[in-house]
Amino acid sequence: MDETSPFVSFKGVVAGYGGGDVLKGIDFDVPQGGVTCIVGPNGSGKSTLLKTVSGLVKPRLGEIWFKGQNLVGMSPKQILMLGVVQVPQNHSLFREMTVNENVELGAFLVRDKKVIAERMDKVRTMFPIVTERANDKAGSLSGGQQRLVEFARCLMLEPELVVLDEPSMGLDPKTLKSMFNTIRMMNSVGRTVLLVEQNARQALKMSHFGVVLENGRVRLSGSGQEVLNNPEIGALYLGGSIEETRAR
Amino acid sequence: MTTLLNARNVSRAFGGVQALNDCSLDVQSGSITGLIGPNGSGKTTLFNVITGYVKSDAGTIIFDDKDITGARPDKVFALGVGRTFQLTRIFGRMTVVENMLVATQHGESWLRGLTRSKSTKSELDAAMEWLEFVGIAKLANLQAGALSYGQRKLLELAYVLVADPDVILLDEPAGGVNLTLVNGISEKIRSLNKGGKTFLIVEHNMEFVMSLCDSVTVMHQGKNLVSGTPVEVRSNPLVLDAYLGGGDDEESDREVING
Repeated sequence: MDETSPFVSFKGVVAGYGGGDVLKGIDFDVPQGGVTCIVGPNGSGKSTLLKTVSGLVKPRLGEIWFKGQNLVGMSPKQILMLGVVQVPQNHSLFREMTVNENVELGAFLVRDKKVIAERMDKVRTMFPIVTERANDKAGSLSGGQQRLVEFARCLMLEPELVVLDEPSMGLDPKTLKSMFNTIRMMNSVGRTVLLVEQNARQALKMSHFGVVLENGRVRLSGSGQEVLNNPEIGALYLGGSIEETRAR
Repeated sequence: MTTLLNARNVSRAFGGVQALNDCSLDVQSGSITGLIGPNGSGKTTLFNVITGYVKSDAGTIIFDDKDITGARPDKVFALGVGRTFQLTRIFGRMTVVENMLVATQHGESWLRGLTRSKSTKSELDAAMEWLEFVGIAKLANLQAGALSYGQRKLLELAYVLVADPDVILLDEPAGGVNLTLVNGISEKIRSLNKGGKTFLIVEHNMEFVMSLCDSVTVMHQGKNLVSGTPVEVRSNPLVLDAYLGGGDDEESDREVING
């Protein structure tokens, strides 16, 4: 991990929709090569923060630095081409297209057919469902299965920064475990991961860094363990402190 | 206890996919019944068949001794079967409290409720009371479309509760909701249940399901696999294999099961 310069750096980011500000001045760094997890209550601005990274929401103020470039003002496509890929919170597959077609679409910026085929192979190994349901319409898959296909699609661009908005949502316990394993695996092969999770205890456990967002501001940031063990954060947002949980 | 809601031998295919395959489910009056199973096992389709959003190819749905098989969603709702959705459905252009008022007027058909201009004071009080409970009362006058995903889920929960149905079907109430709030929702369901409400809950958060439910049915490949108490279900080898995952990682297994 490169300790000298952060991979992504938020500097005074203010953003919102219509009248109000959802983000009220966000400052923190995402170190290169790690898994950084953002937690916080509903409506604290987590999804909005992720959208500012991928360019879907334009900050009113502030800067977001990624590999020496300010992402603020760039189009989502420009940001995508820099190697930042986001998997959104709500379902985003084309329901009338097959699973295979949806995944192939993930590589729409890649022209070389051979490269696409190689990446398809890699993705199929990681996500068996892409092979099992290759020719089924995406809309016929269950919510959790669609999530896995979205993941597979996102990896077709071999992104440097993977941005995940609640990857565990709607997943059964078995799939959830393999999902967290997949995130670890993506990270171990060099992808920096920035994610939002409500399944916060498990997510923080596998994260190198944790950030607590509260009402559009950073309440606390530190190592995943530090955030996990903070008693106040535990009571407010993690469903009780670790000690209480153990005592139960 | 008597059976309040019963699905008997229900089947439904979408194209080549057999989403429900001779599936049966019993919900006892006054119970909190959990419905769990792997992604794609047919839980949401069963909800859709019960509430009239999807027609079944075969089988019957009985609610309160009435055959409601094939009844339209508004009819099923008016009879006393309320539900939330996995992906929320709210009126984005209306304010949060207006969404709630539509729900309070469901007795006179939701369409009339939607077009009626005046709400009574008691309806408004009830709407605010439930918004207060789910913690979004201060957002009452905001356009519902501006809510975050988690807040939409909470609005939908409040929306169903204010309509006061006899049985409430919740599709992943804890999904995307902050853990501390999940505990709050759990407590409220318990207290509503003490007051006589029956619940049928689809949820992947095992701590939530196992601590809350009297009875759990596990679905697998469109069929009911096992039913029993939480203790019986979570120690059943079939369930461990189909749903909770193998024992390659003992500690994280326990975490998934115990939260």
